[in-house]
Amino acid sequence: MSKATLSDRFRKVDVDEYDENKFVDEEDGGENQGGPDEAEVDALLRQGNMNGALLAVLKNPPINTKNQNVKDRAAMLVVKVLSSFKSSDIEKAVASLDKASVDLLMKYIYRGFEKPSDNSSAVLLQWHEKVLPVGGVGSIVRVLTARKTV
Amino acid sequence: MSYHSFLLEPISCHAWNKDQSQIALCPNNHEVHIYKKDGAKWTKVHELKEHNGQVTGIDWAPESNRIVTCGADRNAYVWTLKDGVWKPTLVILRINRAARCVRWAPRENKFAVGSGSRLISICYFEQENDWWVCKHIKKPIRSTILSLDWHPNNVLLAAGSCDFKCRVFSAYIKEVEEKPGPTPWGSKMPFGEMLFESGGGGGWVHSVCFSHSGNKLAWTSHDSTVSVAEGGKSATVSSLSSETLPLLCVTFITENSLVAAGHDCYPVLFVYDGAKGSLVFGGKLDVPKQSAQKGISARERFQNLDRRASEGQGSDKELSSLHKNSISQISVLDGGRAQCTRFCTTGMDGGMTIWDVKTLENSMKNLKIV
Repeated sequence: MSKATLSDRFRKVDVDEYDENKFVDEEDGGENQGGPDEAEVDALLRQGNMNGALLAVLKNPPINTKNQNVKDRAAMLVVKVLSSFKSSDIEKAVASLDKASVDLLMKYIYRGFEKPSDNSSAVLLQWHEKVLPVGGVGSIVRVLTARKTV
Repeated sequence: MSYHSFLLEPISCHAWNKDQSQIALCPNNHEVHIYKKDGAKWTKVHELKEHNGQVTGIDWAPESNRIVTCGADRNAYVWTLKDGVWKPTLVILRINRAARCVRWAPRENKFAVGSGSRLISICYFEQENDWWVCKHIKKPIRSTILSLDWHPNNVLLAAGSCDFKCRVFSAYIKEVEEKPGPTPWGSKMPFGEMLFESGGGGGWVHSVCFSHSGNKLAWTSHDSTVSVAEGGKSATVSSLSSETLPLLCVTFITENSLVAAGHDCYPVLFVYDGAKGSLVFGGKLDVPKQSAQKGISARERFQNLDRRASEGQGSDKELSSLHKNSISQISVLDGGRAQCTRFCTTGMDGGMTIWDVKTLENSMKNLKIV
């Protein structure tokens, strides 16, 4: 009895898109970033070279690319590598990373938390516990404030 | 190190007068209160009530003894002391969002106001019409200006903004000054010209500060980094990603050392090495924690077990720093930015602390202030 007879399609318009002052991030050419090299990482894992696999998987992060598949593949690969570590080796591996890699690892850990699968959260929590003393809360702040992330 | 608790509310902003006998601060409301030092106590001597919104910035010009305040009501007032009473003069800023920060220029003939309208208002006094006029710097600012700092040459202005960049603009007003000479930041300085812009990404730039000579510019960002840029070498910006929570304010205390403070409630020292272009963490500046508690009685042990399921004493419950909440502003008291001997911090706990650099240097073993 009180049905609006005029069209209400205007309610589905996202007005923020048309705001001329809308903040748009700068475009950084990210088309060449393919993410870490899967073949290389798999080879290192098969050889049992855990630390090497970790360093390899943290190379070439797909930060600037808009391709969601690349980002998903990279994230899965990282979780795979992190899961194949023994608990006692995690601390040494983290100690071998430099500052930028520690920040990047923290970003991947939180990305892994977003899409949990099987045992991944438990493993990621162990890594998080070991990365936190090295990176400090500052590394977590950088995960939260990063405009372009993995 | 003397800590004085003014209020229970946060101190939004503060400013000292020339001889540090009086401090003007905003107790998180629409007013500005001026307190005068009375031996060891502070007594309130003036209340400046004119703003309709929270006062977000105060600056006290040391030579001409004028106070400029800006607020969330989109206005700025210049206060002059007449017969022991502070009288306000409205400044038309022509902004449609709140004003966020205000700074007198070193020669006190103009001041700059940063606002949420994505522009900076440079205001100067026009003698013929007997009022304050402003000019805007708009391009290429894309978001709120959070902090401002003037270069010693009275023309260049550094602005930290929410669009993740720190910039240096020229605020040259030909009506009040002559053309400035060339500086490491550039030689052509028409009004509104941008002479430096930091890389994007990272976080909101909370605070900017020029060094005493004006050749170095430091800023802190919300992604827990501190950065220093040198004029002329615009390609090289040294940044340090810290392991602490974001820093909200920074100031130079010598040409190569900076003190910054923020959400971690204690000031931190950073040392910049110009030759290597590196910025390193110098140390945490704070009163050392009181001696550890003596032995714990059996009764306390069981009480702890009952309450916290652990026998130890929860030493993390209380902050060991002087400030009990985030520090939002830092200002140099004595010695200027070249050889600072004392600086002051105010924070969200309503307290103000005056830090003595010599005492800090002596008490912290590894501290080196270059």
